[in-house]
Order: sequence, then C-alpha cells, then structure tokens
Amino acid sequence: MVDVPLGPGTIIPAEIEDVELYHPKSWVTKYVFSQDAKVIAVQYAIVALSVGVVALVLSWLMRLQLGFPGVFSFIDANAYYQFITMHGMMMVVYVLTALFLGGFGNYLIPLMIGARDMVFPYVNMLSFWIYFLAVLVLVASFFAPGGPTGAGWTLYPPQAILSGTPGGQDWGIILMLVSLMIFIIGFTMGGLNYVVTVLQARTRGMTLMRMPLTVWGIFTASFMALLAFPALFVGCVMMLFDRALGTSFFVPSIVEMGQPLDRSGGSPLLFQHLFWFFGHPEVYIVALPAFGIVSDLISTHARRNIFGYRMMVWALLAIGALSFVVWAHHMYVSGMNPSFGFFFATTTLIIAIPTAIKVYNWILTLWRGDIHLTVPMLFALAFIITFVNGGLTGLFLGNVVVDVPLSDTMFVVAHFHMVMGVAPILVIFGAIYHWYPKVTGRMLNDTLGKLHFWVTFLGAYAIFFPMHYLGLMGVPRRYYEIGEMSFVPPSAHTLNAFITIVALVVGATQMVFVFNLIWSLRHGRVAGGNPWRATTLEWQTPETPPPHGNWGKEQPVVYRWAYDYNVPGAEQDFIPQNQPATNTLPLMGLAHA
Amino acid sequence: MLSILVFLGLLAVIAAWWLAKQGIASKPWMEQGVAYDTREFSPAPSPAKIGFGVFLAVVGTLFALFISAYAMRMQLPDWRAPPIPQVVWLNTIMLILSSVALQGARTAARRDDADALKIGLAAGGLAALAFLSGQLLAWRQLMAEGYWLATNSADAFFYILTGVHGIHLLGGLIALASTGSQAWRGTPPQRLLLSVDLCATYWHFLLLVWLILLSVLIGWAGEVAAICRQLLT
Repeated sequence: MVDVPLGPGTIIPAEIEDVELYHPKSWVTKYVFSQDAKVIAVQYAIVALSVGVVALVLSWLMRLQLGFPGVFSFIDANAYYQFITMHGMMMVVYVLTALFLGGFGNYLIPLMIGARDMVFPYVNMLSFWIYFLAVLVLVASFFAPGGPTGAGWTLYPPQAILSGTPGGQDWGIILMLVSLMIFIIGFTMGGLNYVVTVLQARTRGMTLMRMPLTVWGIFTASFMALLAFPALFVGCVMMLFDRALGTSFFVPSIVEMGQPLDRSGGSPLLFQHLFWFFGHPEVYIVALPAFGIVSDLISTHARRNIFGYRMMVWALLAIGALSFVVWAHHMYVSGMNPSFGFFFATTTLIIAIPTAIKVYNWILTLWRGDIHLTVPMLFALAFIITFVNGGLTGLFLGNVVVDVPLSDTMFVVAHFHMVMGVAPILVIFGAIYHWYPKVTGRMLNDTLGKLHFWVTFLGAYAIFFPMHYLGLMGVPRRYYEIGEMSFVPPSAHTLNAFITIVALVVGATQMVFVFNLIWSLRHGRVAGGNPWRATTLEWQTPETPPPHGNWGKEQPVVYRWAYDYNVPGAEQDFIPQNQPATNTLPLMGLAHA
Repeated sequence: MLSILVFLGLLAVIAAWWLAKQGIASKPWMEQGVAYDTREFSPAPSPAKIGFGVFLAVVGTLFALFISAYAMRMQLPDWRAPPIPQVVWLNTIMLILSSVALQGARTAARRDDADALKIGLAAGGLAALAFLSGQLLAWRQLMAEGYWLATNSADAFFYILTGVHGIHLLGGLIALASTGSQAWRGTPPQRLLLSVDLCATYWHFLLLVWLILLSVLIGWAGEVAAICRQLLT
C-alpha cells in the first residue's frame, strides 16, 4: 500500500463549501414540494414506474393483436399504431431516462459522493415537477380528440403530421411534441444539477478516481443527455412549426388523400438526422448508468474489487464520446449517401471495443470471487448475458449489407429490446432490490424477489429470442397484421401466439414485484445500515433511511477507493471508503495489483 | 451536421483537458489516506459558475444544431433566402453596446463602485431591450414585404433563429432585472459581483451567438464554408 502523505496530521471533515439546506416545515414541503434529493428520487421513481405500467399494458394490447389477429375488435390498425408509439416513447424517455437519471441519479449521487444534497435543491424540485407536467401532457393525448399519435416512436415526418396517421391532424402529435419539449426543459434542470453536484460537491478525499462507477455512469450519461436532448428539441420545434404554422422544414411536395398539399421542398431526412443525433446517444444515456450500477452490484455481491477500475472509467468516457458519431447507422435504409454508411458502420464497430472491455472486466471481477447469488446479483448477472446477447446482434445490424435486408423485420425489434429494453430494466430491478433497504430501512422479500427474477429473466428470453428467428424469416415489424404471405409459414403464427402468452405472464408477474415493494415497506426484515456489507458511502450514513442532509453533523472523509473487498489482513471482508488508513496492512496494494 | 460536430469536438477537447488535470490516470487502488485532491490547492469555482458553464454548453449545442439544420435545409432547390432588413445592423450595434455596458458594470462591481454599477446595469438592460424591439421591427418589415413563416423555409428559419436567440436574451433580462433591483435597493456591489459576473458573461456569449447567426443568415458563413471546402478538395 502506498500511503499518500498529503493530508495534515488531523483530518478536518468537510472543508468544501456546504449547501445551505432549506429545511422543510410542513408535510407538503417535506413530501410534495420537497427539495431533498432523496424524496425527489422517490417521486421520480414512482411516476416513472407508473408510466412503465401503462407502457407495459400497451405492449400487452399490441401483443394480443400480433398473437391473435382479428380476435379483439377494439384493436384496429389505428389503435395498434397508437399503442406502439406510446409504448416506445414512454419506455425510452419517460421511464428509462427518468428512472436512471432522475431516480437513481438523485438518490445515489449525493449519498455516494458524500454530499448533503444536490447543489441546486430548488432547481432539482422544479425539474421533477416539470417532468410530471410532461407526463400529464403525454397522458392527456389519450383523452384528446383523435387519440394519441400513432406515428411510431421515431415520429418520422411527413407521415407523423398527415391525416393518414392517427393523431397526425388532431391533437396527438402536438401533445407529444409539446410533452417532449417540456420533458427536455425539466431534464436540463436536473441534468445541470447532477453534473455540477459531481463536479463541485464531492466530500473531502473523494477524488474523481475514487468515485464508485455508478456515479461515473450517471455523471457521464447526464452530460451526454444535456448535449443530446437539444437535438430532439430542435426537431420538435421545427415539426411543431410544420404541423401548426404551415412551414415546410420536413414536408416535401406531397399529395395527401388525392389532394396536393400547400407544401414543398422539405427534407424528411433532416428530421431523421436530428432525431438520431439524439436517439443514438439516448441508447447510451440509458446504458451507461446501467453499466455503472452493474459494476457496483457485481463487486459488492462477489466480494471482489472491480477489475480494471481505471479502464472501466475510460471505457465509459470513450463510449460517451463515440456515441455522438454513430447516429446514422439507424438510417442505412433512409436513402442517404451510401458512402456515409461505410463511415458510420466503422464508428459503430469501434464502439464495440470499449463496450467489450467492460464486459470482460465484469467477468474478470467475478473470477474467483465469493459470489453471493442474492437477488440483486442474479439481476446483474442476467444483465451481462442479455447485454452481450443484444450487443452481438448489434454487430450484425451495424453493418450496412446485413442491416438493409433485416432493417424492417422483427430482428431489429428483438435486438433493441434485448439491448436497451430488457438489459437496462434488469439493472433497474437489481438496483431497486439492492438499494431498497437504504431507502426504506427494510429488506425486500427474498422469495418473491427470486420468483420475480426467474420469471422475468426466462420470460424475457422466451419473448424476444424467437423474434430473431421471425426476423430472419422476413416477418416485418410495424405491421398491424401480417396476413397470408408466401414466405411466412404457419409456424410463425404459432410462435407469435406463444410470444403473446409469455408476454402476458411476464407482465402479470411484475405485479409480484409491485406487491413486494408495498408489502415490505411495513413487513420486510429490518435491514440495518449496511445489509450488503458494502464499502461505498451511502451505506455508511449515521441513520437509515438517511434524513435530510444525509450525514448528521459531519460529512464523511474518504480515505480509499470504492472497492476494498476481501483485502488480505483486514478484519472484515470489506473496508468502507470512510475508514481511515492504518499502517497494519503494508501489502494491501500488492494484493490488489 | 458539421457545425454541431465541430462544436461538440470543441467541448470534448475542453473536457479532455479538464479530466487530464483531475488525475484521471491515477491508480486509486494503490492509495490510502487523504489523497491528492486538486481542490485543496486551487479551490473549485462556485457551483453557480460551474453550472452556468455547463448551461452555456447546452445553449451552444442548441444553436449549433439549429445552424446544422439550416445548413442541411438550404441545400435543397426550393431555398430562397429573404433580404436581411437594414434595422438588423442597428440591432447588432445595440447588442454590442449592451455587452460593453455590462462589462462596465462588472468592472464597477469589482471596484465596489455602486453608482457606476447601477449605470452599467441600466444601460445594458435598455440597450438589450432596444435590440429586442429592433428584432421585432425586423420581423414586421419582413412580413410587410411578404416573407411569412410559411412562404419559404429560409424565411421560417429567419424567424426561428432570431426568435430562439431573443427568448434566451429575454431570460437573461429577467436575471438582469433581479440583479438591477437589488443594486437599486442598496445591496453592496461586492455581494452582487457573482450575479453581475454571470450576466455579463451571458451577454458576451449571446453576442457571439448573434454574430454567428447573423453571418449564417446573411450567407457569409456559407461562403466561408464553401471556400474551406474548395481548399480541402
């Protein structure tokens, strides 16, 4: 162990500037208009999970149509497209982004870096309420004349704003665009908070390279989101002008229902560029926090220091940067210049390198670890498998020649659900099982957790694995009804019915999780401060659940990195980050090296 | 999408430079004790300043994206750029004056000169208001000549770019008004230094954005880009 003799003999905690906390005086300011990042985190999580339940039901309705076409009379073509669109947009933006950054970001950043709160608590509160407003506007479109938009979650113009598309000439598309713009404004407020808190409010001794990877993941993703969401904002503003004010940014000369429209010259491709300039980084905005959280779950539950910490941080940063130069791999079939395709295929394949480094490092962390198959660990392991799975099909689709025939098939649906649907959601579940004891002071029920895990994990494979085969067969995506096609054998229809039944079962099993969340609030085993015997600061708070201000009188001082597990010669198999250095362990560094 | 990529590249360079200073290559598993923490030698700027810097990066991204969209859309055959109303030049001078006045206010706040601070803030605010009114006048002139939003995308871009820029300036004016009212109520200039500082920086930033937007709208930026392209090929 190399002692760094820079600190003075006695260490005074918290020399950095403190946030002046506004202490709540009433129930309303404590739980509703709260400025405490932890309460805001729970608010974000509850709203995002509720939206998730709605999106789940929408996916059920979609699957009912695909599995049993024509049986359910209330699902017509328009309704089907509305379900698809709302399911996609809700899950990607209003559930995953909000939950990872707004939920986990708010709860974990201040606690993990030893801060008392976010640096701008008031702006943080505004951020949540603006997000809530965005959700309300989005949900309002279900009740608007003509219903929500059915343009597909990518909202491609010109179809998104024409009368042939549900909501195109009604309120649907307008409410969707307005809701997204509100969301982006709210997120920018939150994102500024997350980034500045990490930069400014770290406690004494918490250097950047001592931060847990969870914080690195959320920090990098927040920064990316701040720079990527404006692209969607610009696209939304211009489309709103096209729809409401008659401009022709995206609408070319077009004949609608036999009538030539009073528009000309617009470029649908321009919107696609803007959309995917946001859309691709968005994949990593969801993935990077998941990467970070999984690293911490694996290290904690395998009682092993993370392998290649430095490389993990660099890989996060590299992925973040590279993700801004791959966007057009979503547009190989859009008619853009084919030589661009070559460039974007190359950058897409390059991004696989830092991603693979992360996967190898997770596996090497597990190697000879003291693996505890707790529920969070099960979810973390399932994530690795699923992410590799979805990532590999990504390598297929990243190549132009393979993507062109597969682009409009179920193969793509299988790919992106594996890589950015199932994989991050497994991490969200794992993280909730892991941190629930800190949030509530009680453990979630283990048996119910394992039931939830196995059904969700195996079920997700039963749903999405067969879709790869359907896609290879040529079964198209986005179709309301496949009907009789010569290349689609009857077995494909049987497979579709099977997928639907599994989807219903897996969806219903999520209610076990919801029940567990509510039941354990009162009846769960009392957790104590550090049930997983973890090293990171959030587990070292004087009280559990931590009160407003987190640390009581003194902020913690950090003496080591976040991964001192099974250090030879140590009394316990973990050393918390705030435990002072001792001279009794002279060879600790060698053991790690 | 070239302009947004150039802008993000610039941000990436700044981020890389900053990270390099933060010991990103250190080996935390080899260290124990209160490690070398750069903040102990050069304390980090206040949260407000860092937050403001990140906010400027976001706003810069927004404008770079609008310019990217502009550059892509203008290549299509139906593009007819509207004439630039003469009043825009006067507006530009107003915005420059506004920026200069706020810079004066910043110096006054540093010198603890309450009277000069008030004059600087008031002059900056009035000049900014004159700029915004002038922009509205430019809109009216364009409309009077028949260049409506829906006439051509080039016209629509003129309204959108100037509008988004104006809204950002309007937001700045709210902050400026709050700072100004505090100055008038007798808050000592030293205590207003941070807000005056941020206002002045924001004004300089928006002036820079406006000059770039103007060069794009007039077509100078396109000509420069064309020359660069010719040199490269």
